[in-house]
Amino acid sequence: MSDANNTPLTLVVLVKHVPDVQFDRHISQDSLRLDRSESVLSELDEYAVEAALAIVEDNGGFAAGHQVIAATVGPSSSANSVRKALQMGASSGLHLNDDAIAGSDTVATSKALAALVSHVPNVDLVLTGMASTDAETSVIAAQLAERLGFAQLTHAQSVEFDAAQREVTIHREHGDQRLTLKAALPAVLSVTDQANNPRYPNFKGIMAAKKKSIEEVDLAAVGLSAAEVGTEGSTTSVLAADKRPSREAGTIITDSGEAGIALVDFLAEQKLI
Amino acid sequence: MSSALVFFSHVSTVPSKAQRELLTLASRFENPTVAIASVPGEEALKVFGSYGIATVLQAENPQASFGTHELSVLDAALQHTDADLVLLENDSFSRELGARIAVRRNAAIVTDVIDVSADLIATKDELAGGYSASVKSATGVLIATVKPNSIEDAPLDCQDSVEVKNLELAAPLVPAVSIVAADQKEASDRPALSEARIVVAGGRGVDGDFSAVEDLADALGAAIGASRAATDAGWISHDAQIGQTGVTVSPQLYISAGISGAIQQKAGMQTSKFIVAVNKDMDAPVFEIADLGIVGDLAKVLPQAAAEIRRRQA
Ligand SMILES: Cc1cc2nc3c(=O)[nH]c(=O)nc-3n(C[C@H](O)[C@H](O)[C@H](O)COP(=O)(O)OP(=O)(O)OC[C@H]3O[C@@H](n4cnc5c(N)ncnc54)[C@H](O)[C@@H]3O)c2cc1C
Repeated sequence: MSDANNTPLTLVVLVKHVPDVQFDRHISQDSLRLDRSESVLSELDEYAVEAALAIVEDNGGFAAGHQVIAATVGPSSSANSVRKALQMGASSGLHLNDDAIAGSDTVATSKALAALVSHVPNVDLVLTGMASTDAETSVIAAQLAERLGFAQLTHAQSVEFDAAQREVTIHREHGDQRLTLKAALPAVLSVTDQANNPRYPNFKGIMAAKKKSIEEVDLAAVGLSAAEVGTEGSTTSVLAADKRPSREAGTIITDSGEAGIALVDFLAEQKLI
Repeated sequence: MSSALVFFSHVSTVPSKAQRELLTLASRFENPTVAIASVPGEEALKVFGSYGIATVLQAENPQASFGTHELSVLDAALQHTDADLVLLENDSFSRELGARIAVRRNAAIVTDVIDVSADLIATKDELAGGYSASVKSATGVLIATVKPNSIEDAPLDCQDSVEVKNLELAAPLVPAVSIVAADQKEASDRPALSEARIVVAGGRGVDGDFSAVEDLADALGAAIGASRAATDAGWISHDAQIGQTGVTVSPQLYISAGISGAIQQKAGMQTSKFIVAVNKDMDAPVFEIADLGIVGDLAKVLPQAAAEIRRRQA
């Protein structure tokens, strides 16, 4: 084994502060932006945090000098999601907070995230969830791979990390195939909700997180100008966002032995059969 | 008028229903061109011709590194055609290709699109179908991934001959991702879930036995879906999972059986035209969005419905 094998790992997990899916979510008609009160750590990012922690634990733990940096781009409240990742066990936080970022689409957001990742020296692996639970575009991981020139390993249902070979192997679905894919570090890895079972922050984790630091940086610190992000740096422009009439409950019947027939009557009425 | 490029990673003997919907949409624009990251057969070319596609750009897939070839083909095709509208399928793989090219070429990427107007304004679903948004490109080129079942398939009935060109590809610039193993999934005779006209889905309420769901699906020629509780339990393959982290469907008819209707499940099916729910709990949230709700035991209601459909069709 060479010395390189003992080099501590630097893992960056991207976390996003999103409106809680359990509540009604709204898009403001003035700004055409999502109302971000009642926000929490995107549930799907917990799988990415868990995957990073598992890699560290399988490779000698934090005692070996590995780092899991929970990083986010967003307004001040986003620090709450970084804090949650720290409670789960991430070692430190990194928060790009700048008013000019508001209104960024995926192209602009991935630019900001790439600059933030590049702010961290010697990153081995960037981890993300399979999608954010608000925009649900599921494209940021691929855009980061493109921008950073890292290998793209996305939608992993399971992850094997080989620190000695500096390689990551994943399983993913692809159309009618199940694939096993492998790439050398550095890489961008997105994990699905099949990949693991995220841990809950325990009392010890919550106490420990109070002592962990979150470094806050602005655009200038990561080498970007205001015009490169926000609406100006975006390639899409949203013209309107209209609430669809919500679905209403239709007829409800209780089965008294003939409901299967009633079901078929309904299909026939609606010309579905 | 704007010109359109449709990109497919692969086309079977004939294009799928979702692919034909993209061809229909492309045929409304100028110079509709298809780019394929493999070599299509004669029959597929004929189908392209029937949508007024004049040119097909192709490049055989060397299968060397996962996703690399497709990325190169899309990039080269866009450069070659100078299209201002690029249409892709809505699966995660295609979205990621479109998103990378959007970064590379400073283009707009819009996902979950249900229509694109003549002046290149995309209509898309937001917040799992709760909102509908209009989005345009701020830089010129619009890359749209289009949801299946959004566009009505309508070939132009022309039989134009299609010119096939081989694309010249530059050496890929992206780090390699090697394909260590590729296992073919079991083929099914049922329609593909994402583009099916009718979906019958089962949840924890099927209690390990999908036969009643399968039977009704067969009677209706439907695809089979499931909740995460059912796929996590291993009763059915993960491919069948409908919802936030599974497949999103917008069929004409969605029959939900033994599924409570959690927010993550609804995210994948609430844009269905008609929803029928069978659940033994009258307070199940799924009833809030069902056009027809049946409070009852799925093990009784589903077989009775399947038998009745067969009786009426006999
Ligand atoms: C990050 C994350 C992502 C998720 N993604 C998804 C997703 O993509 N898709 C998804 O579906 N879920 C998803 N979930 C899970 C979701 O929250 C629910 O737990 C799940 O949908 C519940 O499945 P279910 O309705 O089958 O089970 P339950 O909620 O247990 O409901 C079972 C229902 O069956 C009824 N029932 C029982 N027996 C019968 C019978 N004999 N006849 C009729 N009715 C009967 C019961 O009354 C009950 O309403 C996700 C969760 C998380 C945290």
